[in-house]
Amino acid sequence: MNTVFEYTKGMREKEMHYCPGCTHGIAHRLIMEVLEERGALGNTIGVSPVGCSIVAHQYMNVDMLESPHGRAPAVASGIKRVHPESYVFTYQGDGDLASIGTSEIIHAAERGEHFCTFFINNAIYGMTGGQMAPTTLVGQKATTCVEGRTVKQAGFPLRMSEIMSQIDGAVYVERVSLATPAEIRKAKKAISKAFDVQKNKQGFAFVELLSTCPTNWGMSPTDAIVWLKDNMVPYYPVKKFKDVEEV
Amino acid sequence: MAEKQLMKGNEAFATAAINAGCRYYFGYPITPQNEIPEFMSRELAKYGGAFIQAESELAAVNMAYGAAAAGGRVLLSSSSPGVALMQESISLIASVELPVVIINVMRGGPGIGSIQPSQADYDQVTVGGGNGDYKTIVYAPSSIQEACDMIYKAFDVAEEYRNPVMICADGMIGQMMEPVALPEPVEPVMGEEIRKKKPWALTGHRNERERHALNSVWLQQDLLEEYIDAYWPKFEKAERELQEWEDFMTEDAEVLYVAYGSTARIAKEAVVALRNEGVKVGLIRPKTLWPFPEKAFENLDGVKDVISVELSKAGQLKRDVRLAVEGRARVSLINRYGGMLLDPAEVVERTKKIMEEVK
Repeated sequence: MNTVFEYTKGMREKEMHYCPGCTHGIAHRLIMEVLEERGALGNTIGVSPVGCSIVAHQYMNVDMLESPHGRAPAVASGIKRVHPESYVFTYQGDGDLASIGTSEIIHAAERGEHFCTFFINNAIYGMTGGQMAPTTLVGQKATTCVEGRTVKQAGFPLRMSEIMSQIDGAVYVERVSLATPAEIRKAKKAISKAFDVQKNKQGFAFVELLSTCPTNWGMSPTDAIVWLKDNMVPYYPVKKFKDVEEV
Repeated sequence: MAEKQLMKGNEAFATAAINAGCRYYFGYPITPQNEIPEFMSRELAKYGGAFIQAESELAAVNMAYGAAAAGGRVLLSSSSPGVALMQESISLIASVELPVVIINVMRGGPGIGSIQPSQADYDQVTVGGGNGDYKTIVYAPSSIQEACDMIYKAFDVAEEYRNPVMICADGMIGQMMEPVALPEPVEPVMGEEIRKKKPWALTGHRNERERHALNSVWLQQDLLEEYIDAYWPKFEKAERELQEWEDFMTEDAEVLYVAYGSTARIAKEAVVALRNEGVKVGLIRPKTLWPFPEKAFENLDGVKDVISVELSKAGQLKRDVRLAVEGRARVSLINRYGGMLLDPAEVVERTKKIMEEVK
């Protein structure tokens, strides 16, 4: 019998703690598949954030280090100085990257660091139980804005890919969605491109992945996918913001 | 030992670190330690190392955390409020059991404070700092030569104990110039060699071993308690083996100063001045602030007064002195603060007042 599909060696055979319908599992697998396909699992060091994915190292079959909240880009910058020929990536959520860690992500990009950041934007704080994130949409309900986010009280949601694309050192910036199989395939291509940029030492690469949080959105997994498409995509357009010349 | 040369403290500190095999430095400008990042920005690349001027102390300490986890020999430096910003991750580095050396060139506090020398970080570096159960090993040099020797040794201690080690200097030692003989350069462990020499480090698993997951979070509290129990004996070992101090004319002393850093040099002059007047004074100079040299206080026969001489309003050092004296003598305080210094004449005069009060 021909093998048509195999579980990636990039994922450890562990039961996940993520909620049903959460897209962290898809994002983890895509990154690990890309690394496996380029034979790089043994030469990669990942940095996990504070948030639901702090224990990503339990699932990803690469050397990994936990970062304090928001500081993953600084941690990765230090790792990359010691192992400049290894693949280094950070995996960060929206509270981590777009709130407490804005300084570190901006300045890692500004330095043109040779690592990649995968930014999981699900518009809410997951691990702490559904508080408003900097990416929470206007009108979206959260435990710190139970009537829905208002501009008057909490301002506007941050569009991180748009911000990152303004920084010269960030040479590849793309926002993808994990809502449909076709978009998941595109997301994998973007992840792969980010690692190419790193390998070719072209600069900093940033991929934002629009993701779901059915538990804290208070929806079924299928409703969450629909909500993502109907609400997040209009505010956070899925597109390539910046690309490098092919080398 | 190399020949002596006249060097500014901060530049000598940086040179000693490079000679100790340090190849990674991360820092953020703050007075009075700016010569350290300036020196490293010029020099480290020549040795195949790397320097980053971080966007903040928060970033600097986390760059150090990453580089240490990757197996590099890492130096950080800052000054009091900058060190306060780093404390979250100093706790983190201790929790993941990684070696990092940190130079704190202390200045006046609290808050933004002053840029003049101070010793009001004693609590911050010995009992305070970050959250949770850990200790930072702290050395306190009183000359540039001693600072260089301590920095040189600190990298080995940090790797042996897999723990942050701090060199607690003050603005005086950082800014002044003294003749110094620099320690011999050692070859750093770099690149591929890290995998052999530091098997715990993150190097990529090369499909040869299980992946390393260096973690600080524990989602099961019973496992965290077990983990703390597993690493705690190293702090007990440090208390047994790392205590260092200097005795100066303590043999027949009736009055005993306790002072560290540049203040100890001032206290020493006061000892000599009072000895010339026939007063039996001596000095215990802690070289390690944590572990505190309690062993220095084992024999206090004949001692009536123990006086903590320090640059802190609260008498931060004095608290540890009282704990070590355990009620066997009266413990007093001679201090200045906020960036103001003591001079020997003031110490002599205030000592006499304290002695009169005994009668």
